[in-house]
Amino acid sequence: MVKQEVTVLNATGLHARPASMFVQTAGKFKSKIHVIKDGSSINAKSIMGIMAGGIAQGTTIEISAEGPDEQEAVDALVQLINDKFGE
Amino acid sequence: MIIKEGIIASPGIAVAKAIVYEKIIVDIRKGHAPDAQLEIEKLQSALKASAIQLMSIKDKAVAELGQEEGAIFEAHAMVLEDPEFTEGIETEITENGYFAEYATELITNRFYDIFDAMDDPYFRARAADIKDVGTRVINNILGVSQADLSKLKDDAIIIADDLTPSDTAQMDKDKVAGFATNIGSRTSHTAIMARSLEIPAVLGLCDITKTVKNGDLVVVDGIDGSVAINPDEKELKSYLEKQQKYNDYLEELSALKDQEAVTLDGHKVELVGNIGEPGDVTGVIKNGGQGVGLYRTEFLYMNSETMPGEEKQFAAYRSVLEAFPNGPVIIRTLDIGGDKKLPYLPLEEELNPFLGLRAVRLCFREVEMFKVQLRAILRASVYGNAHIMFPMISSVTEVRQAKNILKECMDELSQANIAYDKDVKVGVMIEIPSAAMTADIIAKEVDFFSIGTNDLCQYTLAVDRMNQDVSYLYDPFNPAILRLIKQVTAATNGQPQFFAGMCGEMAGDPLAAMLLLGLGLYEFSMSALSIPRIKKLIRSIRFEDAKKMADTALNLESGEAVQEYIKDTLEKLKITI
Repeated sequence: MVKQEVTVLNATGLHARPASMFVQTAGKFKSKIHVIKDGSSINAKSIMGIMAGGIAQGTTIEISAEGPDEQEAVDALVQLINDKFGE
Repeated sequence: MIIKEGIIASPGIAVAKAIVYEKIIVDIRKGHAPDAQLEIEKLQSALKASAIQLMSIKDKAVAELGQEEGAIFEAHAMVLEDPEFTEGIETEITENGYFAEYATELITNRFYDIFDAMDDPYFRARAADIKDVGTRVINNILGVSQADLSKLKDDAIIIADDLTPSDTAQMDKDKVAGFATNIGSRTSHTAIMARSLEIPAVLGLCDITKTVKNGDLVVVDGIDGSVAINPDEKELKSYLEKQQKYNDYLEELSALKDQEAVTLDGHKVELVGNIGEPGDVTGVIKNGGQGVGLYRTEFLYMNSETMPGEEKQFAAYRSVLEAFPNGPVIIRTLDIGGDKKLPYLPLEEELNPFLGLRAVRLCFREVEMFKVQLRAILRASVYGNAHIMFPMISSVTEVRQAKNILKECMDELSQANIAYDKDVKVGVMIEIPSAAMTADIIAKEVDFFSIGTNDLCQYTLAVDRMNQDVSYLYDPFNPAILRLIKQVTAATNGQPQFFAGMCGEMAGDPLAAMLLLGLGLYEFSMSALSIPRIKKLIRSIRFEDAKKMADTALNLESGEAVQEYIKDTLEKLKITI
């Protein structure tokens, strides 16, 4: 299991287009991936879960992955957030 | 006979036996299930059954109603496959020991509430999708099936609380004669569906499902906005006469389809349609529109999760241009800001969004985004008679600025050896009073004007028509508006090939259209359904009379006086609106 904390920096947070980019990226990996926010865990491959998560700008979340490509998955998602989804 | 009053959602009169389509109230057991494994199995097979149903509904919807409607069920399938949705239900079963149907209801409501509370209307609308899917899964778990409307024996009027996309998609459209529902408005799904099927619908009847029983004879009167239940012979006869009269009227209008929009004394004008997406051209053609007077390209942007690229835009513009080999297609460049936002283009909150960074003002700041659209329009311009229109122009300086950017795009395309129409027409929307007052100056830079009455009224009269406390002041017949329109049409005088049009709601209003004709308007752009009626009116008046009428109206003191005067004059001329 690989885990990393990251703070969401882009203006809209994990909403709308960033949310769908995030879920699409997560969907490329075989590992089980979760986003942990305030102690509750959201499946990173669920657009409904991520959208409903209310992850706004400035929120710190933990991304955890477990599976054959867990390191790559966490790296890719953290990078996406750090790049502010190309905004 | 009982009569119930409601909201007209689609015009016409339908007489048929009623089918009361009531949602089965299912018994959701809230306690603890004896066997969690059994509940999981019930859930799994219900999810599978739901997926199969959605697939076949989607195919039926695409075949009968088009891609757009099919997309709704793709969204439903996404909800059904979403891991947070399915795993959430499983967790409720395994951890809390609930029955499968209760677990499904809990999770459905949880997501429904979250999405329903979102600011963005697109995501708020997804709440209904979630509910629709949740209901389907629950019905499958409990093995109940809703009344089947897919194979109707006779023509029927569907009486329901409300109709969802799932309900309407599976209906036998040849047999459904009309809708009458408890809730709903002109913009609800039921209303949109009724209009696209061209069947009468009256909604917002509160308790029609309680008043009507299966097999009752029902009249849906989409002219007066009422529903009559079990009329006697005499009453029925009068409804059938009304129906005949309405059908005659429609026939008369459709006979005009290929006729020109020309006055009794030979003055020709152009009637064109407003569209929001390429699919809308069908309605414009069907109603005899000669082209498109306003293509609102913002929908291309608003219906997309990311910035639409040049190819996607090119394909959309090309398909609209190809639909009208001769007629003009006026493509309005992106009009966003104000009350319209894009999820992927964050904008600062503004104190006065309608006076702020919107339309071309925003495009001047986001030049690259603007150029993508202009290149797409230019490339498409070789496929028809393209006109480019810039919105929110307040002075000639902005016209020049926009034209310079257009010129850059043309040069880039020339260098890359990509074809475009070098004589593509360029025009502006007149919706700011300063532009109307300087129309003669702006005229030197453009090929056409199109007056946007909704914003022109709002800016001229300083009234927010969404604000119920002041919306009574919003009046397109106000002489101030008429004088501005006159200034715009006057600026086109004596210049061949130059025209003034209008793409606001006013152009499709019968009284206003007569006045606008007299004010010298050449091009009338409106929703497709209004075209036949306006054409009939234009063909029934003399241009000379319309001009005289307009001249007098310009000097009246209020909007009410103008309307009264037009009504009286038309009556004297024996023209029925």
